[in-house]
Formats: sequence, structure tokens, C-alpha cells
Amino acid sequence: MSTATAKHDDHGHDSHGHPTGLMRWVKSTNHKDIGTMYLWFSFTMFLFAGAMAMGIRAELFQPGLQFFQPQVFNQLTTLHGLIMIFGAIMPAFVGFANWQVPLMIGAPDMAFPRLNNMSFWLLIPAALLLVASIFVPGGAVAGGWTMYPPLAIQGGLSMDMSIFALHILGVSSIVGSINIITTIFNMRAPGMTLMKMPMFVWTWLITAYLLIAAMPVLAGALTMMITDRHFGTHFFNAAGGGDPVLFQHVFWFFGHPEVYIMILPAFGILSTIIPTFSRKPLFGYASMVYATTAIAVLSFVVWAHHMFTTGMPVAGQLFFMYSTMLISVPTGVKVFNWVATMWKGSMTFETPMLFAVAVVFLFTIGGLSGLVCAILPVDIQVQDTYYVVAHFHYVLFSGAAMSIMGGVYYWLPKWTGHMYDETLGKWHFWLTTIAFNVTFFPMHFTGLAGMPRRIPDYSQQFAEFNMISSYGAFALGLSQLLFLYVVIKCIKGGAKAPASPWEGAHGLEWTVPSPAPFHTFETPPVVK
Amino acid sequence: MSQSTKNYYLPGPSFWPLIASIALFLIFGGFALALNQIGSGKPLMIAGVLVFVYLLHGWFGEVIKESVSKVYNKQVDLSFRWGMGWFIFSEVMFFFGFFGALFYARNVSLHWIADAQLLWPGFVASWPSAGPKLVLEGSIGPWGLPAINTLLLLTSGATLTWAHWGLMKNNRNQLTIGLVLTILLGFAFVLLQAHEYGENVFTIKSGIYGATFYMLTGFHGLHVTMGAIMLTIILLRVRSGHFDAHNHFGFEAVAWYWHFVDVVWLFLFIFVYWL
Amino acid sequence: MNKRTILSFCTVFLSFLASSSVQAEYALNLRAPVTEIATQIYDLHMLIMYVCIAIFIVVFSIMFYSLYKHRKSAGHKAVQFHEHHMLEVVWTIIPALILIGMAVPATKTILAMKDTREADMTIKATGHQWKWEYEYLGKDVRFISTLATPQEQIHNTAPKGEHYLLEVDNPVVVPVGKKVRVLLTAQDVIHAWWVPSFGVKQDAIPGFIKETWFRVEKEGTYRGQCAELCGKDHGFMPIVVEAVSEEKYNEWIASKKAAAAEAAASGDKEWSKDDLIANGKTVYEKNCAACHQANGAGLPPAFPALTGSKIANGPIADHLHIVLNGKNVMPHWKELLNDVEIASVVTYERNGLGNSVGDVLQPAQVKAAR
Ligand code: HEA
Ligand code: HEA
Ligand code: HEC
Ligand code: CUA
Ligand SMILES: [Cu+2]
Repeated sequence: MSTATAKHDDHGHDSHGHPTGLMRWVKSTNHKDIGTMYLWFSFTMFLFAGAMAMGIRAELFQPGLQFFQPQVFNQLTTLHGLIMIFGAIMPAFVGFANWQVPLMIGAPDMAFPRLNNMSFWLLIPAALLLVASIFVPGGAVAGGWTMYPPLAIQGGLSMDMSIFALHILGVSSIVGSINIITTIFNMRAPGMTLMKMPMFVWTWLITAYLLIAAMPVLAGALTMMITDRHFGTHFFNAAGGGDPVLFQHVFWFFGHPEVYIMILPAFGILSTIIPTFSRKPLFGYASMVYATTAIAVLSFVVWAHHMFTTGMPVAGQLFFMYSTMLISVPTGVKVFNWVATMWKGSMTFETPMLFAVAVVFLFTIGGLSGLVCAILPVDIQVQDTYYVVAHFHYVLFSGAAMSIMGGVYYWLPKWTGHMYDETLGKWHFWLTTIAFNVTFFPMHFTGLAGMPRRIPDYSQQFAEFNMISSYGAFALGLSQLLFLYVVIKCIKGGAKAPASPWEGAHGLEWTVPSPAPFHTFETPPVVK
Repeated sequence: MSQSTKNYYLPGPSFWPLIASIALFLIFGGFALALNQIGSGKPLMIAGVLVFVYLLHGWFGEVIKESVSKVYNKQVDLSFRWGMGWFIFSEVMFFFGFFGALFYARNVSLHWIADAQLLWPGFVASWPSAGPKLVLEGSIGPWGLPAINTLLLLTSGATLTWAHWGLMKNNRNQLTIGLVLTILLGFAFVLLQAHEYGENVFTIKSGIYGATFYMLTGFHGLHVTMGAIMLTIILLRVRSGHFDAHNHFGFEAVAWYWHFVDVVWLFLFIFVYWL
Repeated sequence: MNKRTILSFCTVFLSFLASSSVQAEYALNLRAPVTEIATQIYDLHMLIMYVCIAIFIVVFSIMFYSLYKHRKSAGHKAVQFHEHHMLEVVWTIIPALILIGMAVPATKTILAMKDTREADMTIKATGHQWKWEYEYLGKDVRFISTLATPQEQIHNTAPKGEHYLLEVDNPVVVPVGKKVRVLLTAQDVIHAWWVPSFGVKQDAIPGFIKETWFRVEKEGTYRGQCAELCGKDHGFMPIVVEAVSEEKYNEWIASKKAAAAEAAASGDKEWSKDDLIANGKTVYEKNCAACHQANGAGLPPAFPALTGSKIANGPIADHLHIVLNGKNVMPHWKELLNDVEIASVVTYERNGLGNSVGDVLQPAQVKAAR
């Protein structure tokens, strides 16, 4: 979200200048501009998918069918999930990577600037395909974001459009991760060894590996789906020797790493913000790195915890239960390290820090409810209920999305050259945090009490909690409009930001002026 | 417009990324329409493919031009190496998914179907299989065409390495002959594979065996074809004198790709044809 | 927010924090268990939840203490330590030990859950879009169970009943104290058979048979729902199980058998057109209206209209054929409906729903066509 006035610094060799207006963005090979586009794209998609969530919550406000036919409700749920994950959270993190990774490692840009731009521009056709699918006959995809066959095989044109949208997003993600990995390995400033890299860079390095390993597998699963739908294969059909559950295995082999793809960069942001406002170095840097690696490795052997009710053989069930539980250990290490970083610090609570502290607190709630899901017998009761919905919104909204918000506040001064409005920022924080909990905490109860997810209508015992959730959700939605306002206000003006606006901040990004000039680190800085 | 500090070459603004996105939009959007028998699908798809070819030509052309004009330094070269390496890794994972499907269906779920006698009376799990409701006509063993194909591909790997040696010794003849041989072997492989497809009585619709067989060999064949085309381009570039003993990453990248395709075939040979 | 919601909200939060007898009234917790397994799950959940809450309280007491004490505004100066190996090892090992403590009881329950041997009786349950079909293996009892809540309640034109969305026309009946094995499969897409009070949830996967079991300890009516997204009416395919005494169960089996025999007998006689149409309307509304809609308009493009449809107005044999054998998403009804029902529904479709072909299908013809 850089300013439109970012200066075109004069560089001796750079005599032609840069295209301005639209072409500046379309043809961009500048990591900052591309980062900006990613962030705006992601925010747009967040509002879009959020609006669908408003639809969901409006329908669930009361028992009975109010606004949407069941099929339409399923479309809302499915698109909400797909767009939030692939359109909002992932691109937001890539936006951060684009802005911050080169700045943090002292590189002049990403390793492959043109491919970088392509990764961004591939998002647009994917989004178009997804959004346009709403308007085709039969409506948008309605089989859940997990797209299990055979239900997904029944879908119409919109199913194909969505599958291809995901293919394109896969290409975008893979190219993007190759770019990030290469940048990190090959373009660090002299003297910056791997173990001196900022934590955010580490988490993104590992995330990029998760992406490269997971996205192609999703592409494979979706390809099998397409051939099952249109070319007569029988991968997912028992009559021809296939198995619908095969899709679930392949999907979750991608899907579980995917959820860590959405949380590891958030961990990186937390590990940047907390030391800054504690005015202390990050506690246990090395163990943070190992914990992140351990989470990433483990994430490839836990996938079937989403399939505890499919009736796997007992050996498989036990294996996946144990491995899933194990992930709590490295995640716990991270939580403890953050608390230890705060311990005996000298803390101040500007908006980014408020978000960071809240994320540690709320993410842990989500993590612990994840652990409850991991206990297989308990999962038998909560699988496909609102308990799971509560779990993953705690890790996704208060884990990933609120980290993103915190990160935006933290780096906005660097991006725009202006300080954001601290008062409004704090308002946004408190409104979001309170509304979030009002929305999602009651879902633990409805879930335990037996309310299935993905239903447009429910029995009356759940009425009260659902109404509370809906009120919370509307407040949560409105609060995000405040966020939009704060960001725009900051871009338009505000107090001038110094090169390093935060007292406790360290790192190369704070050595360049604010707003960060168009080109930075053309001569690499030397890190001691 | 580009900036090239003494440290790293950064390309200037470029239209190619947008064109890439338009191409993929047309291809995939058109494909989705075509799959649902909507008239405008096919023309859109064809348009997309044309744009895509134009894009490859243009974008790679630009990169080649930059490479030949020596704006890249060692660090840029290293970036390309990292990039290509991890790209190939992503391809490995793509095949991994399909192999996983094969193992799962063959060793796990087929037995469960056979256990469900209530639903599929009389069905016994065996491999190859087309499941309880379909009949599998024929299957294919390893020692005919597939063995010949294995030989072809392995030899092509050797000839390519030989060509590489030639390049490093600055022996142009060895390089050209090695490349030509590799390309011929590659296309011969594709032809034989096509012939084999023609001979097979089972199709992609023949249950799980047909599905896994054609998906795996099909995507592999596609990769061989792409590899062979890339080798042909490398050959043309060799003829235009693009590479020397020290600077030939383009050659190496394609060579890596080719070896990767080789290795995938070995797995196919063992797990799809043989065991 | 109205006062009631605010109130209930506060109560909920307080009672949760106090974490004492959080149950029943506000439906805050797992439903009261009535099987051994469900009880184990309930206890396991309580154990894990308390451990988690304890961990949570410990970690965040420390954090909030620090937030309060080590503020800059309170004049605290940062101490620049950033490592402590012993501490790091400890907080890796302790969670691991806690996890082992959780895994042991969980493993025991899993082994018990998976043990379907030595069952007293077996029920095969098949998921269909959007109804359950039950077959009592070896007993020759088979029936379909669909949602009994009237559409008016769902569309808010009538007040909602006590068991809104959790009531069916034909509940499953089982004897208490007997080990009931359930074999699960599905005809079209994946469904899941879930009765919370039993601690049973098992996906029903087309083409495969998965099994689970329960032994109910207390007589009563237990309600559950389909727990896997299965399309449009996923929210409308409940499960109701009545656990009764052995005698009552035997009576019920006998009455089911008698009803089936009667239905078979009625298939042998000639039916009048009006009777067929009247009977067909009931069959249609129970089985077909979910897709083709009560008025026959369908939901194009997914579900074709029957009003004015070529098949419903064309040769009767084709019409019968598609109803018997299905096509793509259209289910096959051969095994699900008896001759009379099929004859009636076809006759109804041709002479109702805005169609007026005028012909009649007799049960005998259906029998012949099977
Ligand atoms: C950012 C995303 C994210 C993250 C980080 C996680 C983290 C975890 N998840 Fe979650 N999960 C999702 C996103 C995520 N999940 C989504 C989207 C779904 C639903 C998908 C769908 O069906 O649509 C899902 C579903 C899901 C299920 C399936 C539920 C079901 O459908 O039945 C399970 C089951 O095991 C699970 C488990 C876990 C576990 C054990 C963790 C662990 O990583 C959590 C570890 C963290 C902690 C435990 C807290 C901190 C630790 C300490 C303070 C240390 C001390 C603790 C102990 C010793 C206990 N998740
Ligand atoms: C990263 C991911 C992410 C995020 C941020 C969210 C955010 C929200 N989600 Fe989430 N959700 C998922 C990922 C996410 N979700 C996934 C993966 C699923 C599973 C899908 C599936 O089952 O397949 C799901 C499912 C899901 C369900 C279950 C649906 C069902 O099972 O049928 C519900 C129900 O309440 C819900 C609600 C919400 C709400 C209220 C928000 C809010 O936080 C949103 C707040 C934001 C806004 C509202 C946007 C800003 C405001 C405007 C656009 C202006 C309009 C405002 C008003 C009209 C007030 N979500
Ligand atoms: C799960 C949804 C579903 C249910 C329940 C269902 N149908 Fe159908 N039906 C369909 C679909 C989908 C088609 C279209 C099949 C096709 O052409 O691919 C169809 C087609 C038909 C047709 C042919 C209409 C035409 O013009 O093509 C008839 C007749 C019919 N159904 C009768 C019935 C009867 C009788 C019942 C109940 C006993 C019933 N259907 C229940 C989904 C359903
Ligand atoms: Cu059947 Cu959901
Ligand atoms: Cu998971």
C-alpha cells in the first residue's frame, strides 16, 4: 500500500525513467509496486469474501430459511472459504514477502522481477474465473472449499471454472515461491548468514518450500477431478476401482501444509513486532528456526486428521492422531518464546503490538481447540460441526488475518512515509478483537452441542448462540471498513514518518528512508 | 529502462507478465467452456494457445537477448540455477501426487472394494483392475515396447551428457551430434509411446488401471515432448553460437529437465509396467 | 442486542470460565452420552479441555503479568537476554509429556470404538440425497427415513415444532443393551451417519462399506444429523434412533414385516386411477419433491422440471425406465420403492403437476419391468 507519490529517484544509469499511470503497475518489475498490488488485491478479496460471510451470518441469524435457498447458501460458504484462503490470506502474505524480504535482506529487488509480476497478474484471471462462476447457469461451486467428490463431480460449469482458477493460482504460487527461495538464498547482503536472517524471512523461506511441495499435489488432485468429470476416468468411483476418499488423501496432503502456509508468515510477523515493542531481541532465535522447520516437516505427515471419520484402519488413525498431536510441541515453543521475549522487556502498546499480543492469545485458543480436534475420539463428535469452524477461525482470522493487520500497521510508515492514525488504529483493534470473539467463541458451544457446519438452517436449541454470532459478525464486518479508512487516510497524509519510526526496531528496512524509495540497496549494505 | 548495478541485473518494466496472464485466462476459461459444450470455448482456447506461443517466443527471446549481450553476472546465473532446480522439484511433486494415487488405489482401496461383498458380490482385488463394474481388456507388460522405450530414454540421457562434455571442451561437433541424437531419441520415444497407445485395447476409461496408466504415462509423454522441443531450441541456439564452455546455463537447464524426465520414466517403468 | 441475548451471553461466558457444571440448559457441551463409548469420549473431552485450560491459564498469567509489570510506562528497563537453553529444553519436554498423557486414554477409546466384533445385530444404512435407507440384515426389514418437518415450518409460515429439523417419518428402532453394528454406505455422494449421544459418526462412502457400532444403555429417542456436506439438502437429512425394550423391538419388527406383506399384496391387485394419483402424491412429496419440487417445476439446470417434461409426457415405458434405473444424478428407485409406490408416483407425475397425459401405470406393469 505504497503511496502513489513514491519518488522516482534519479539513478545515473536509469535515464529512461519509469512508466507512469496504469502502465507503472501493469508492467511493473519493482518488488514494492508488486507488493502493493498484492496487498490491495488481497484486501479487495477480503471484503468480497467477508461480504459472503455476512450473507452466511444473515441466513443463520434465525432458524428457518430467510434469505437464501440452500443451494445458494452452500455457494456462499464455498466461495467464502475459497476466496478467503486463496484470494485474501495467501496473497496478503505474498504482498508482505514482496515488500519486506528484499528490504530485510538488503537485496535490490526479487531475483526474478518479471516472474514476480507474472505471479501477481495470474491472480486476476483466477479471481475472474472464481467470481464469474457465480453468474453461470447453476450458480457457483457449492461443494465446500474442500470439493470432495462425488459431490464435486455433480457440479456444473462453475466447478470447472473454479478448478482452473485453482490451477492458475497454483502456478502463481509456485512461481512466487521459487522467486522467494531464490531471492533469499542468492541475494542476501554480504555478511547476512542464514542464522542472521530476520525471523520473518526465515518463516517465508519455509513457507515457500511448503508451497512448492504442496501446490503441485493440489494441481494433481484437481486434474484427476477434471478427468473424472469429463474424460471418463474412475479415480474417485468405486465402480471403476477408484475411491472417493483418494481425493481426500491427495487434497489434505496439500491442505494441511496449506494451513501452515497461512500461519508461518504470520508467526514471522509476530516475531518481528514483539521484539520491537518489547525493546528486546527475540528470545530463542535458533529454537524458533528449528521449531518452524519442525512444523513444516510434520505438516506433511498429519493430513488424515481431517479424515478421522472416513473409517481408516485403526493403525492409520493412531498414526495420524499421534503425529498431529506432536505438532503442538514446536508450536508451543514458539508461543513460549514470544512470552519470553516480552518478559522483562520495556513494552509499549502501539496498534501493531496490540495486534501481536492479541494474536498470541487468540491463536493459542485456536491451537488448543485444534489439539482437541486431534484427539480422535473427540474429533468423532466435533468433526464437521461448528467446533471446527470455531477452531479454524481462531487460527485463521485471529491468527493469520489479525497478524496481517498488525503487520500492515507496523510497516505502513515505511510503505507510505506517513504515520497512521494511532487512535483510529486502536479503535480498529479493539472493535475487531471484541467483535471477533463475540462471533466465534459461541461456535465452540454450538459445535459441541451438535450443530453441523455447512447447513443453512438449524434446530432451535442453537438459536441464541447463532444470533450472538451474527451480531458479532456484522460488527466485525463494519470494523474492517474502519481499517480501510485508516489505511487510506495514512496513504493520503499524516505525520511524516522518520526512517525508523519505532524505537525498538532493528533491521535493514529501517535504514532506508520512509517511504522506501523506488529502488533500494542497489549497492548491497554490509551486515556485520 | 532496466537497471544493472554491478551486482545484479534487474530487468525494466515488461508487458510479458500481463500477456502470460491473458494467455492462461483464455486457455483455461476456454477449456472450461469447451468442456461444457459451450460454443465459444474452443476458439478462445485456440486463441489462448496462440498468445501463449507468442509469449514464450517473446519472453524467452528477450531473456536470450539479455543473456547473449552479457548483462547477466555470476549471481544472476546462480539465480537461474536455483530457480530451475526448484521448478523441477515442483514437477516432481506433481508426479508424486499421481504415483500416490496409483499406490493407494492398487494396494489399499481396491482391497476394500473387494471386502464390500454386500455391494460388489464376487469381485476380487487383483492388479490390473478396472473395478467391479467395468471389464478390463488387456493390459501391458514391461518387456516389449516399454523396455525399448526405457533403453531409448536412458541412451538419450547419455548422449546429452556426451554433448555437454563436448560443449565444455568447446568441441562443437560433439555438441551438435550429441544434441541431434538426443532429440531424435526423444522423438522416437514419443512416437513409440503413441504407437503403444494405438495398440492398447484398454483406454483411459478402463477403470482405475486405465486411469492411472494414461495419466502417468500421458503426463510423462507430454513432458518428454516439451523437453524435446526445448532441446531443439537449444540446438538452434547452439547453431547461432549462443553458448561457450563457461556460459551455457540454458543448455544445462534443459539438460536437468531431461534427466528429470528420464528418472520419472524409470519409476513409471517399474511401477506402472513392471510390478 | 435484546436483553435476553446479552444475558445469555454473559451467563455463558461466566459459567464457562467457572467451568463448573456447564451443561444441558445452554447446550454448551457434548450431548449427554448414552453409550459406553460416548461416555468415554465425554470424559476424554473434559480431561483434554481442562488440561488445555490449565496450560492456557499458566501461559497467559505469565504473559499478562509481564504485560503489566514490564511496561515502559511503568518505567521498566529492558533486560537484553535472548536465550536460556535449560528453559527451552524444559518447555519442549513438558508439553511432550502432557501429550503422552492425553494419547494413552485416547488410544484405549479408539481401540474400543473400532471393535465391531460379536455384534448382536447388524443394520445397513445407506445415504441417499437426502434421506437414509435402513436395512435390518437377516430380518428382511427395509425402509426409507426422511425429514418429517413440514416445509411451512422451514419457510417460516408455520411455527416451528419442538424437534424442528430433527424429526423423521420412519425412525430406526433398536433394542437397548444390544450391540448394534451399523454398516454404512451411500448411493450417490458421501454422507455421514452421526448420533451424538452414541458417540458415533461414520462417513457413508459410495461403493465402500464402513462399519461402526453402539450399545444403547437407556431407552429413549436420540437425534442426529447427516454430517458431511452432501448437496442442497444436507441440512435436512436427520437421523432418529429409538432405543426400546427387547419386546417392543420385536413387536416393531413384526409390524414392519406385516406392513411389507400388505404392500406386496396390494401390488397384485388392479388400482384405480384416482387411488394411484392420491397415493402417488404422497410418494412424490416424500421422495421426489426435494429435487423436482412439490409443484413439479424442478430447479433447472440441476434438476429438470417434470411439468411439461418430454419424458413425463412421452411413452410411459421410458418414464418408468428412468424412475426405476435413474440417470446421472437422478437416483434409481428400483430398490427403494415397491411396485405400488412406483406405479403411483409415475401415474401422479403424468396426471398431476400440470401434466395430463391421462394414462395409468399398474403395479403389475412395474413388476414386469423390473
Ligand atoms: C492457520 C491455519 C491452521 C492452523 C495453524 C491449525 C493448527 C492446528 N490444527 Fe487445524 N484446521 C484449519 C486450520 C489450521 N489449523 C482449518 C482451515 C481446518 C478445517 C478445514 C476444513 O475442514 O474446512 C482445520 C481443521 C483441523 C482438524 C480437523 C477437524 C475436523 O474436521 O474434524 C484438526 C484435527 O486434528 C486440526 C488440528 C490442528 C492442530 C493440532 C493444530 C496445531 O498446529 C495447533 C498447535 C498449537 C497449540 C497446541 C497451541 C500453542 C501451544 C502451547 C501453548 C503449548 C502447550 C500445549 C500443549 C502441550 C497442549 N485442525
Ligand atoms: C482466512 C480465512 C477466513 C476468514 C478471514 C474468515 C472470516 C469470516 N468467516 Fe469464515 N470460513 C473460512 C475462512 C475464513 N473465514 C473457511 C475456510 C471456511 C470453510 C468453508 C467451507 O466450509 O467450505 C469458513 C466458513 C465460515 C462459516 C461456516 C459456514 C458453514 O459452515 O456453512 C461461517 C459462519 O459463520 C464463517 C463466518 C465468517 C465471518 C463472519 C468472518 C468475518 O471475519 C469476516 C469479516 C470481514 C468482512 C465482513 C468484510 C468487510 C466488510 C464488508 C465487505 C462490508 C459489508 C459489511 C456488512 C454488511 C456488515 N466462515
Ligand atoms: C437427488 C435428486 C433427485 C430426486 C430425489 C429425484 N430426482 Fe428425478 N431427476 C433428477 C435429475 C438430476 C434428473 C435429470 C437426469 C438427467 O437427465 O441427467 C431427473 C430426471 C427425472 C425424470 C426425467 C425428466 C426429464 O424430462 O428428463 C423423471 C421422470 C424423474 N426424474 C422422476 C423422478 C421421480 C418419480 C422421483 C421420486 C420417486 C425423482 N425423480 C426423484 C434428480 C432427482
Ligand atoms: Cu447427507 Cu449431508
Ligand atoms: Cu490440518
